[in-house]
Amino acid sequence: MTTTPGAGADAHYDAIVVGGGHNGLTHAAYLAKAGLRTVVLEKNDLVGGAAITEELLPGFSFTTFSYALSLLRPEIIHELDLVRHGFLPLMMPSSFHPTGDGGHLLFGDDHAQNLQEIRRHSPRDADAYERYHHDLDRVCQAVRPLFDNPPPDLWGDGPQDAADVRWLLEHLGGLDRSTVHDVVRLLTGSAADWIQDYFTHPAVAGYHASSSVIGSKVGPMSPGSGLVLLFHKLGEHDGHLGSWAFHKGGNGGFTQVLARAASAYGAEIRLGADVTDLITHDGRAVGVALADGTELRAPVVVSALDPRRTFLELCDPRELPLDLVDNVRRMKFRGVSAKVNFALDDLPTFPGLPDTRDHFGGFLNIGPTIEYVERAFDASKYGWYSDEPYIDAAVQSVVDPDMAPPGKHVMSCFVQYAPYELRTSSWDAERERFGDRAQAVLESHFPGFGELVLHREVVTPVDIEARTGLSEGNIFAGEFLAPQMYFFRPAPGWSQYATPLDGYYQCGSGTHPGGCVIGSPGRLAAQRVLRDRRDG
Amino acid sequence: MLLVTAWPYADAVRTTPFHPRLSELNDQGLYTHWQGTLSALRYSHAPKHEYFAVRNGVGVFDSSPLCKYAVRGPDAERLLTGALVRDVRTVRDGQAAYTLWCDDRGGVMQDGVLLRRTGEDFLLTAARPALGWFEELATGLEVELEDVTDAFAMLAVQGPRSRTVLAEVAGLAGAVEGLAWSEHRSATVAGTPVTLSRTGYTGDLGYELVVPEAAALDVLDAVLEAGRPHSIRPFGEEALMTLRIEAGLPLVDVEWHDSRLAFTDADRVTPSELGFGWMLGGVREGRRFVGAEAIRRELSGRTSRWATTGIVVDWADWDRLHRDAGLLPPKSEHPLPYESMLRSGDGESEVGYCTSFVYSPVLQRHIGIARVRPDLAARGTELRLELTIAHRTTTVRVATTRMPFFDPERKKS
Repeated sequence: MTTTPGAGADAHYDAIVVGGGHNGLTHAAYLAKAGLRTVVLEKNDLVGGAAITEELLPGFSFTTFSYALSLLRPEIIHELDLVRHGFLPLMMPSSFHPTGDGGHLLFGDDHAQNLQEIRRHSPRDADAYERYHHDLDRVCQAVRPLFDNPPPDLWGDGPQDAADVRWLLEHLGGLDRSTVHDVVRLLTGSAADWIQDYFTHPAVAGYHASSSVIGSKVGPMSPGSGLVLLFHKLGEHDGHLGSWAFHKGGNGGFTQVLARAASAYGAEIRLGADVTDLITHDGRAVGVALADGTELRAPVVVSALDPRRTFLELCDPRELPLDLVDNVRRMKFRGVSAKVNFALDDLPTFPGLPDTRDHFGGFLNIGPTIEYVERAFDASKYGWYSDEPYIDAAVQSVVDPDMAPPGKHVMSCFVQYAPYELRTSSWDAERERFGDRAQAVLESHFPGFGELVLHREVVTPVDIEARTGLSEGNIFAGEFLAPQMYFFRPAPGWSQYATPLDGYYQCGSGTHPGGCVIGSPGRLAAQRVLRDRRDG
Repeated sequence: MLLVTAWPYADAVRTTPFHPRLSELNDQGLYTHWQGTLSALRYSHAPKHEYFAVRNGVGVFDSSPLCKYAVRGPDAERLLTGALVRDVRTVRDGQAAYTLWCDDRGGVMQDGVLLRRTGEDFLLTAARPALGWFEELATGLEVELEDVTDAFAMLAVQGPRSRTVLAEVAGLAGAVEGLAWSEHRSATVAGTPVTLSRTGYTGDLGYELVVPEAAALDVLDAVLEAGRPHSIRPFGEEALMTLRIEAGLPLVDVEWHDSRLAFTDADRVTPSELGFGWMLGGVREGRRFVGAEAIRRELSGRTSRWATTGIVVDWADWDRLHRDAGLLPPKSEHPLPYESMLRSGDGESEVGYCTSFVYSPVLQRHIGIARVRPDLAARGTELRLELTIAHRTTTVRVATTRMPFFDPERKKS
């Protein structure tokens, strides 16, 4: 569907994009829209990278890896005219949090009802709920301009660099002191400390900590988890900050939309095209070599791969400055996230809500308290997986009935912690045992769950790495740690999408602002490439 | 003691034949009054989820409060031809036709759907009572007019899965098969004769069932049962509003007011002005119905004051205006509760007004149904829409566009 036939090995391109994940596709679409003859080279037989949907059982669509949308920048939807190509984010109407004692918190689209739901557990926390969201939203608004623009180059000496630094200082100077303090508390502190300044009830606090550990080797009590929490709140869906949606057909449905948009603008997408090397000449990129021996030439080569592959594998590190190589070598990837995906014969049953299905309309947050998640984290510090893992689940077929046959369901479970390196075993040996642990946790909340399982797929960090190329299976292409963000993503001095090699650029999630299905790296990198072309 | 006596009209607020079942599925208890009948605003905390049932699955809407009039007899066609804007003589047996009726000024009074069962047997729906109006027009004609509003319940089954679900209802498979858009057929469900039409107010693939009151719950249960594996859910008026604006469908008392009841000409619109010039075939050549003479003068003198058009908001301008004010740009699927003025592209003069305005989740755009000076209605005309942001009046860039805004192929295929 996305391959444009006819272009031979000797075809001439203005730009080659290595990697057909969502950022590579976004980037290619922007370049093609600007008139560049662009080719995307994807090693797999399906575009999407870590955002794919696969039919593992007839009629059952699995979001193998990435499974929901929030951080996608609204500008991209409009600038690439994605609605025309099938963009359709479906509302996830609820968010469900079993409290571990048979009770639950069920949040929905009605603010007053959400307050009442908290009040059931803690009147004091209901009062705090409004302040919590006000303060968090204020922090989001404060950091959004940083999030949505390339980081200034602190070490640059051009007039634009000075202007960028001035802009940043002026922006920060315009914030009031409590907002600045809250920003720092979130960027440096733990999610637990931040949340417990507002909430006292263990389950209410546990619910609010749910996004503070996603994809990162931190527990909610670790300093740095506040940053992860904040990052996930920076998304928005239809004007609601921190709100998530489920794309029609899963995130693979979304990357198909991107592929259609890129193709419509004229980009060519080659599947099964495994790039092994960047070809350089006199310190500038001139093309790429494929595993099958093919060479393609273009004055612009853009890597949508992670920094380790971009700087240490595709190109020869000996052509790069030593500090950049050192920084990329010590960049932390340490994947700890797994997926356990199910095909189900029917909806599970939560004993506390036997007669309704509305609690299955969104995320099921299986991590009753902060302490529960912290204990799940503990094992990973010592090279082992959680006995009782934290699970972010979604029965996507409730939101999009086309994901499963009538009456049947698919359930995506994001499961932590599953460290990439097991100290005393291998993932080949432990894969199904880990799946059993996740399933046992689900069974404890949804008795009878196991009898509904028609098919189970366990995806460990090792599998993520093998299939998507993400180093150590880190879903963000580099962990969300303060020394790996903003000015420092992927390395100090190289946060503006260029590289030390002329004509060689980076547009993957390892660049600012980072991972999740955002599209920003692809978009901002395209702006950089086009600006450099214009300026010669 | 008088003060504690129940308001006597409380007894006059009625419920529909589907209410006993649909109220069980309603965990909100929020209703509005539709012609003295309870009509659910929403069934769940998330009307937008109900909206997506229609855009991506299947939903049911209780439209029983619609007024329904049976029109029968040798002069039925003659009565309706002289009363309705659309030429009833062109409506075939088995066809459903959306139409308007006007007063003698040529101002639109109401709209409704006419189902022609056989040559002399029609069913007309109306959002507001209209029996007296038609009875007066029927004076001297050999026609029987019967208000069957309470005798029948109406259930809209809408969404891409509606056909699949109805085909699984015992008795409906044959009727659904091959039923073209804007046609209707008779069928038998749960031992009761029903009318199935491929009509609706959502702009999507959809059907409506007209069901005798006594069998309403049996038919509803059969539809819900067939729909269960497809995650069928009821949707309320709030979801319906988003859907009908995306479909570009006007609503009485929002897009226009009954001309017969208006006090000023500013509150009247003609069929052309409301965007239904396509109904006026033959009027210039002398086709006669109430209001036709005035409309003929309007057409020949080109005196229409307005043209109805869609508008779509420039997203970047919308976002910038709000972000500059320190606000997150709102994107609400709930329509604005007021009318906004439209100004010329340079902002200098008022050139029209927007009657419905909403953020469309499927289009990811703010859209509106608007009336503008006829010379500005060409597609792509740039205008400005007034709004207030942070308690200040400002304008946002909009462009005129064709309606329906959302028009999936499945609606008619």
